[in-house]
Amino acid sequence: MTVVHPTAGRSLWRSLVDSDMLHAFLRSRLTVVAALLTLTYLLAALLAPLIAPTNPYDTASLSLLDSSLPPAWSAQGDPKYLLGTDDQGRDILSTILYGLRISIGVGVVSVALAAMVGIALGVVAGYVGGRVDAVIMRLAEVQLAFPAILIALFLDGTVRSIWPLLKQEDIAFTVIVAALALDNWAKYARTVRGSTLVEKNRDYVQAARVIGLRPIAIMWRHVLPNVLGPVLVIATINFALAILAEATLSFLGVGFPPTKPSLGTLIRIGNNFLFSGEWWITLFPGITLALLVLAVNILGDWLRDALNPRLR
Amino acid sequence: MRFDRLWRGRLLRSAGALTVMAGLMLGAPLVEAKTFRMAFQGNLNTLDPYTINETFTHAMNGSYYEGLTRRGPDLTIIPGLAERWELVEPTRWRFHLRKNVKFHGGEAFTADDVLFSAERIRQPNSDLKARIPADAQFVKVDDFTVDVVLKTPNPILIADWDTFYVMSKAWTEKNNASEVVSAKATTPGFTTLNANGTGPFSVVSHQPGVKTVLKANPGWWNAAKKDYNIDEVVFTPIANDATRVAALLSGEVDWADPIPPQDQERVNSSPTTSMLAGPETRTIYLGMDQMRDKLVPPAEVPGDKNPFKDVRVRKAMFLAIDEDAIASRIMRGLARPSALMIDPNLVDKYGKDFVRPKSDPAQSEKLFDEAGYPRVGGAQGTRFTVGLDCPNDRYVNDAAICQAVIGMLARVGVKVVPIIQPRAQYFAKILAGGGYNSNFYLLGWTPGTNDSHNVLTQIVGCRDEKGSGGRGVANVAGYCNPKIEELAQKVLVETNTDVRAGLVRDAWKLLVDDWGYIPLHQQALAWGISKKVKMAQRPDNIVMLYHVQLAD
Repeated sequence: MTVVHPTAGRSLWRSLVDSDMLHAFLRSRLTVVAALLTLTYLLAALLAPLIAPTNPYDTASLSLLDSSLPPAWSAQGDPKYLLGTDDQGRDILSTILYGLRISIGVGVVSVALAAMVGIALGVVAGYVGGRVDAVIMRLAEVQLAFPAILIALFLDGTVRSIWPLLKQEDIAFTVIVAALALDNWAKYARTVRGSTLVEKNRDYVQAARVIGLRPIAIMWRHVLPNVLGPVLVIATINFALAILAEATLSFLGVGFPPTKPSLGTLIRIGNNFLFSGEWWITLFPGITLALLVLAVNILGDWLRDALNPRLR
Repeated sequence: MRFDRLWRGRLLRSAGALTVMAGLMLGAPLVEAKTFRMAFQGNLNTLDPYTINETFTHAMNGSYYEGLTRRGPDLTIIPGLAERWELVEPTRWRFHLRKNVKFHGGEAFTADDVLFSAERIRQPNSDLKARIPADAQFVKVDDFTVDVVLKTPNPILIADWDTFYVMSKAWTEKNNASEVVSAKATTPGFTTLNANGTGPFSVVSHQPGVKTVLKANPGWWNAAKKDYNIDEVVFTPIANDATRVAALLSGEVDWADPIPPQDQERVNSSPTTSMLAGPETRTIYLGMDQMRDKLVPPAEVPGDKNPFKDVRVRKAMFLAIDEDAIASRIMRGLARPSALMIDPNLVDKYGKDFVRPKSDPAQSEKLFDEAGYPRVGGAQGTRFTVGLDCPNDRYVNDAAICQAVIGMLARVGVKVVPIIQPRAQYFAKILAGGGYNSNFYLLGWTPGTNDSHNVLTQIVGCRDEKGSGGRGVANVAGYCNPKIEELAQKVLVETNTDVRAGLVRDAWKLLVDDWGYIPLHQQALAWGISKKVKMAQRPDNIVMLYHVQLAD
């Protein structure tokens, strides 16, 4: 009871400032830029309804007469539409902002869902072992055998055929998130199981077992915090992949309805107008998507390096 | 095993060498097979000629199947499998069949095949029931003479028989394929995947949605007078507009349809490709279910009524849609707004008298209010919700048109749920096979006869719930007006052209005043072709592979 942990007296903030991680972070300029960019995207997505000039999802406000206008700085441009308009007269800038909401929303929720399921199953499989481990890991392997896009297409098709048409607009988000989460849980489960196998034979776990803690408590309080490092890295990379997967699905036309274009949908629409020289419909959302994924990936890379002592 | 393979390799090599030597010795240049490669926006879903009444399917099927009559490049009716025909009496047509015609499988063509096909095309699953009046009787006079006996005179009986293809009785029965495969069927039948006609080409292989290969039929009865020099046709569906245009520009295909309006300039400016464009007789229109008392899902209407039964609602829908904007923006001027459900050039004398009312959202809103569908919940509220069925690979910029319509209706307070699907699923849902399962839809129609009577009976003509009997079979909206029925009956038998033109005008006037349909426009034909290709283009958008010349 009298033993005090050496860092117990210092605030969390203090320990963060002193940590190697922050140091490494500040030293890499690229990482700082990536973090700032990600932050900007997050803010833009969060505040889209406030900062977007128009609401592109309000079909009543669209006018065909404003369709296919080039960006404001070109000769035929309209100052009202900074980045131009698409074939239905939607403001590209506003659609990108609203599309970001969808992209980031899908990324965050699907990754959180997949991570939760994957970590829980991974810890249990690794700690309990035996038959439970076998069942969970075989399930994960079956899961990994199916390409992600295929599962998403399959799920989307099934749900669409059984769900009332009137409500389909509302469930598009849920379906995509569920599909992507289903695609990814196995990766977490496998990684976490591996780390758990290592951790469970460490002395502190053995000690906890000796003093009679229940397995649930050991897994939750002792094993879990020590296996989370790699998970953070996978989560960041998967976040970027999920955003791309959503764009791919929407590009293929199974994601969001055409009246609510996400970044992927917008790129698909623009793809049809590339030959006619209307490059702005596809270029701006394309750049936005590419930068977002790049920034998140750089962050993920940095996190991997920072958490891996051997790479330091 | 090894010895075997070795030997085969040697044999092949020496055979190849021999061929080359033979070619050199004879001094004959090694002629490469001429392949015509084509890309269309949609799939060739079926080879069964009676499953679906749709232009592209007819065009492809028409290169291996043939009808008693044909239509030339200028749309005139010319003899096909019938050498000639005559009216023995007003209700008895006599067809003299061509002799020495063989199907690709070797079966001889006789009167039995005609009788068999006439029975098959009138089966419940057939989408081409309307080709032959339900009460017409086919009588075999001898092996090469068939009489068609009618209840009432019908001067335009054979006007759309160029797409009533004759199948081999022996072949169809041998393969247990006498029953027409329904458009709604989820598993393909024998005739969906195989074809055995008499035409200038025969099917080598057919993989739906992937590739269809045809080869020239040297035994075609008209081979001596053929107007094509291609040996092989390879058809690939390419759904994505940009990909299809790229395939044409890069020389991967020789023919692509349609080229979206925004890309036509690009195709024309390329040194290797050009546009083959012209007016098309197809009318793109919107239909509203006026038959059911309650709309099919998805729909939310106060009081669970069918709003489209009210003429004020139909007029309000019409006036809410700004066709001029669609024609100028989405179609980029390559469409002609239409007041009628038919190309006005096909309406004798009075076609140009009809003017399409200008869009008027304010009046539209007033009409909705009057009809008892006020906005619920304030000035931005919704009056009612309906679904809009729309193909995305059938007509030029079809899905974009539907999206624009959704926006225009949202502005007057009607919420529209888009149901945008590829044409196979789309047709299976909304046509007879799917039980006309739609409350609001976009469709295009080319009258096979190039005459108003076709539209007045098949799209405007009253139908029963299942569309049986052929009448109104494409009338998805279930529109019905007894006065138009009466006029259509008179139009059919009237021989005085002036009187007939007047009757046709009266019928169209009734439909326009009833706001029964929302005609949008006639789209322009938009084929992109390689400059190596010389081919005829028909205003009904039928691709005639037997009029394709390919330069080296």
